[in-house]
Amino acid sequence: MSDLDVAGLSVVYPGSPPVTAVDDVSLHVARGEIVALTGPSGCGKSSLLAGIVGVAAEQGSARVTGTVTWDGEDVTAMPVHRRGFGLVFQDGQLFEHLDVAANIGFGLRMARVPRDEREARVAALLETVALQGYGARRVDELSGGQRQRVALARSLAPGPRLLALDEPLSSLDAELRASLAVEIRRILTEAGATAIVVTHDLAEAEAMADRLVRMDAGRLVAGEA
Amino acid sequence: MRPARLLLALAPAAFVAAFALYPVGVVLVRGLGGDGLGGEGSGLDLAGTLAVLTEPRTLRAMWTTVYLSLAGTAVSLLLGLPAAWALYRLRWPGARTLRSVLSVPFVLPTIVVAAAFTALLGSSGPMGWLGWDQSPAAIVAALAFYNVSVVLRVVGTAWAGIDPRREAAAATLGASNWQVLRNVTLPALLPAIRSAAAVTFLFCATSYGVVLVLGGSRIATIETEIALQLTLFLDLRAAAVLAIVQLVFVGAVIALTGAGRTVGLSAAATGGRRARAAQTPAILAATLPAVALFAVPAIALVERSLRTADGHSLANFAGLLAQPERAALAVPVGQAILNSLAAGAVAAALAVGLGLLVVTLLAHQSRGARALDGIVALPLGVSAVVIGIGVLLAYSATALGGSWWLVPAVQTLVALPLAVRAMAPAARAVSPRARAAAASLGAGPWRVWRHVDWPALRAPAGVAAAFAFAVSLGEFGATSFVARPDAPTLTTAIYRLLGRPGIESVGQAFAASVVLAVMVAAVMMVSERAASARALEREWGGRA
Repeated sequence: MSDLDVAGLSVVYPGSPPVTAVDDVSLHVARGEIVALTGPSGCGKSSLLAGIVGVAAEQGSARVTGTVTWDGEDVTAMPVHRRGFGLVFQDGQLFEHLDVAANIGFGLRMARVPRDEREARVAALLETVALQGYGARRVDELSGGQRQRVALARSLAPGPRLLALDEPLSSLDAELRASLAVEIRRILTEAGATAIVVTHDLAEAEAMADRLVRMDAGRLVAGEA
Repeated sequence: MRPARLLLALAPAAFVAAFALYPVGVVLVRGLGGDGLGGEGSGLDLAGTLAVLTEPRTLRAMWTTVYLSLAGTAVSLLLGLPAAWALYRLRWPGARTLRSVLSVPFVLPTIVVAAAFTALLGSSGPMGWLGWDQSPAAIVAALAFYNVSVVLRVVGTAWAGIDPRREAAAATLGASNWQVLRNVTLPALLPAIRSAAAVTFLFCATSYGVVLVLGGSRIATIETEIALQLTLFLDLRAAAVLAIVQLVFVGAVIALTGAGRTVGLSAAATGGRRARAAQTPAILAATLPAVALFAVPAIALVERSLRTADGHSLANFAGLLAQPERAALAVPVGQAILNSLAAGAVAAALAVGLGLLVVTLLAHQSRGARALDGIVALPLGVSAVVIGIGVLLAYSATALGGSWWLVPAVQTLVALPLAVRAMAPAARAVSPRARAAAASLGAGPWRVWRHVDWPALRAPAGVAAAFAFAVSLGEFGATSFVARPDAPTLTTAIYRLLGRPGIESVGQAFAASVVLAVMVAAVMMVSERAASARALEREWGGRA
């Protein structure tokens, strides 16, 4: 089977007793599809995302079991940086010591893309997220909405096979959220990206995604096909 | 400032003026050619100053200070940074224990550090075959011995505080572990690394006991050259000029780097992720050098303290109570211990008493109080040796000359800024509204302090007293100038004994060093237990 396949994934945080955040979840995402993962807070949707991308162990020393495959290739044991899965963090996690352009170009620099090619791609992405002329700005001068758009552009830059977005809008105010949700939908569709968006807001989920998957207490409850 | 408060401010200000400002002024006058304040023929003699400055000995001492400090800083960073990663960034069984073990060197008195490296590298030491006795390598190793803990504290806590998601973000963008370290982690750590390097450099440049003992007559820094000029050549003028050089040098380093001579003592590390089994070799490689640098000299010191002419026994420790045979010391080491305890107790009481005045005034946040805070912190910008020689020059010809009280006085001066720093946060945290409420209920200023401020200050004052006591017990730089030979403190006694030939004297020096180390460690441990863990950001500094 091609595309993203998650089989029997569990994410367990250590402690006494250990906390099972994700409990034996299986999920299929087709190429070019945008799936929204919704559910009440604490239901394990962010942990599922972290488990798929491979950062769960980095974040809270979580134990991840089960398999994640892409185009039939098992990537479960593959280090995060080789998976080609991008992640947009809830709070952006921009690099404060770099300017906007360097943030967006970070992944390209890691992949040793030549400078002029990198600059052209960054310029194009700045346009995509409607931040033309912001390249030389410090990231701490940006508004919340601008920061999240930089984070999105940064994750898109290296051309990830799968883009994961973890509550990308939750730190923004209501009005901005509605408009940015539509914008994200447009950007992702234009990029032809395969994406999973975590959100607790149903309206937001419907604005951004092709399909909704609900989660509760670590398990998928509906919509999974 | 209201008159009553002005009166309260007078005591600490007068103390600092009498035992720091005035003595430093005397050093300046002497160094620039005057014979004394207001004395006859007290004109400037800059030609004489210049002559001292251009002496080959002086230039060599300056160069030695710079390169030893640079090397000491480099080695401290080299050993400290990997250890900071392994001990603060990762969680593994034993990491916590090792963190507290590796914070011990920093509270050890420098004379004990010097004794430990003498024990290890001296001709009859376990590693005497290295031939490092009286070599720069020995000094650099000893400087790194206690400054690795500075790097660990400053950089380690910063490392533990880095959001792991920041690094995860880089990994999702395709950065390998090395690329994450180079492009994300190191830039985030840079301010901490810079500040650790600056503080370490300052500690190295003002290190006295270590260089004096391990450098012998061959290696002199500005700091030890001051002492040599004074005690060996009896050249007050040269000593004063060198003291000015040291003043300028330390002032320049502080101005250029923004380093204070204090380091937060909180070793709390909250973050960190569980280490993977595959990281074991890396963890070992990162921590073993730092652990070895601490453990090997410490073990050597204990071994040599037990070593006698015929095997190992407690004879050296028993000997501490007996009258020394030859002209090594005028009194038994036991008497020196009592002297140290008495001076330390007086200094601790004075430092806490004056410190309480300062922080109480600080809590009221008047402009005058901030000026007072600056004045009290002044001794941090002056090396202990400069204070020692200043007090010696200022008071030797007065009724205070040779007085025992000069010992606790200079120790108070060194401990006072630390006491203030230990108590200031608690004093500032007292709500002005609580004071106003008490006053509205009929409490006068004194009773407001007694019932509102003091309950908040009691615990930090205890910690400050313990710190001041421990610092005074281990103080050597300033004390060595003002302690009389017939009334040595434990630190000056150890120094005398280390310099005497014969296995008995040296064995006693090592035994006395172990005693001093245990005393200081015990005081620190008791205070650490007594202090409620979260209440304080403790500070420590001003080594000599």
